[in-house]
Amino acid sequence: MEYIQANYAYITIVLLLTLGFYGMIAKRDLLRKVVAMGIFQTATFLFFIHGGAKRGGTSPILIRDGEGNLLQDPMLYDNPLPHVLVLTAIVVGVATTGVALSLLIRIKKSFDTLDEDELLKRLR
Amino acid sequence: MSEHTLPALIPIIFLGFGILIPLVGLRIRSAVYPLALLGSGAATVVAFTGLFTVLDSGPMVHQMGGWAPPIGIVLILDHLSAFVVSIVTVIGFLVLIYARHSILDDTPQRYTVIYGLSMLLMAGLTGMVLTGDMFNLYVWLEISSLSAYALIAAGDRRGAVAAFRYLILGSLGGGFYLLGVGFLYFATGTLNMADMAGLLPALQDSRVVLAGAAMIILGLGLKMALFPLHLWLPDAYAFAPQAVSSLIAPIMTKVAAYAMIRMVLDVFGVSYLRDSVPALTVVGWLGAVGILVGSLWAMTQKDYRRMLAFSSVSQVGYIAVGIGMGTTLGMVGALLHILNHATMKACLFLVGGSVRLKTRALEVAEFGGLGRRMKWTMVAFTLGAMSMIGVPPTAGFFSKWYLVRGGLQAGNWIFIAVILISSLLTAIYFFRLVEQVYRDESQQEDAKPPVGEAPASMFVPTVVLALLLVALGFGNAVIVTHVLEPVASVVGGM
Repeated sequence: MEYIQANYAYITIVLLLTLGFYGMIAKRDLLRKVVAMGIFQTATFLFFIHGGAKRGGTSPILIRDGEGNLLQDPMLYDNPLPHVLVLTAIVVGVATTGVALSLLIRIKKSFDTLDEDELLKRLR
Repeated sequence: MSEHTLPALIPIIFLGFGILIPLVGLRIRSAVYPLALLGSGAATVVAFTGLFTVLDSGPMVHQMGGWAPPIGIVLILDHLSAFVVSIVTVIGFLVLIYARHSILDDTPQRYTVIYGLSMLLMAGLTGMVLTGDMFNLYVWLEISSLSAYALIAAGDRRGAVAAFRYLILGSLGGGFYLLGVGFLYFATGTLNMADMAGLLPALQDSRVVLAGAAMIILGLGLKMALFPLHLWLPDAYAFAPQAVSSLIAPIMTKVAAYAMIRMVLDVFGVSYLRDSVPALTVVGWLGAVGILVGSLWAMTQKDYRRMLAFSSVSQVGYIAVGIGMGTTLGMVGALLHILNHATMKACLFLVGGSVRLKTRALEVAEFGGLGRRMKWTMVAFTLGAMSMIGVPPTAGFFSKWYLVRGGLQAGNWIFIAVILISSLLTAIYFFRLVEQVYRDESQQEDAKPPVGEAPASMFVPTVVLALLLVALGFGNAVIVTHVLEPVASVVGGM
């Protein structure tokens, strides 16, 4: 129980990663694959966000104490770098999902199915 | 190391033209081709200037936005990246010269789009080669991948399915790489490759680093189509427009292989991946299996491009075996094979495109009698096939030679056996074709008339690549002593 409490974030991330991975590989419906890809990507984002967060940390803008001095102890602030990386990764993820969905529209229009096995049969 | 803007120039030229071409091309379609040649030609000149400067006076570094590493992102042109970026730009340039007629024949309505996206693809690939930052590599990787998905989908409706399947596996590869970078970042607190390389030895026993290394190698393995992660490749090459597969097949998997070599040499260090964890062993064995399985599959293919695609799986295996040996000569072999395979695969794909344009032939069986019908193109084909098999003095022989010597150095007889057996298998499927091409049909009544060569813009790049194969065969010693040995010397002995 303590183990779960200490590591619940990682457990969630790994569960989501596994779920997404499974969906991307095993699902036959191409649309479900895209959904699974979204889950996989989100799990990656969560991993970075969790890694950058600190217990009791605040947004990484320097704050002042009562006498107006800037507080420079890094433990007071969340690490901004992983969060910036996630922003970039989100952009990449959105672009990938966009390309995937537009491909799906084309596949659906020309084959009238999104079932992978059926499509592979027609490719031969 | 000196501060220099030259490394940044190469991807920026491609990015700029990648935006310019669609904008101009919407109005003035005839301007697309000159612009594309101007862009990729300029980048090629810059890349070679860079290569010779590096050989003369050592590595060049550009700090993006003036931020010094390890905080800022750096683009590095050293021996290794200058070598690979020169290959990528020159092969890309030749294929783009060639592509015009092929696209007009195949998918004329997507002419501008294909040229624009090709520029983006080249920007991504050259950026991947030049960057000295782990996360920046991911961004370039995704730029090149996204443009590749779109390019493959520019083919017929089967292209869209192939592109989608590639997209799913490709984004898995990118995702694993990104996760690996995350692990390493949280272990070391840096994203700069050189900085990370300095910090990792202290963390030899960390399981976080181990997981990060495994994920990065898995992700890049997917991108370089290392067996058994190659499933996206055959359909993608076979159903993309002819011009697109000619561009993607020679360089894209090679750049991923380069990224893996960069990780092995300059981030984790050979000794960590070879001696502390058996990562290189795994890569090498997967490569060895891939060599054999790829060759066997290639033998059974009827479609010419599909045959080349499976042979790519096999050839990427050679590179992986060279990396996996963990010896100096093995690494030299792997690097030389990046150059040789890019050149010969480009040559063979260009031949296939010319044949398709003139005779509509797609299948291996339809190549019969082409030796008479398209004489010089088939000479180029024969040179490419000989290099694929590894007949001296063509280029392909020498990379295999270094790989075999690397195997001797490592004392790994099975790798040597695999390389030799696979040469035999390659000989079987290429000699089958060469034999058909030069079959004497003059006595037959239904002998088809000669069709002549493809237009000059297609014919010249094909012949240049074929001649390059011979030139590289004779000149390989120069490349090895001046460029590759300094790179591979960090591997050290066993």
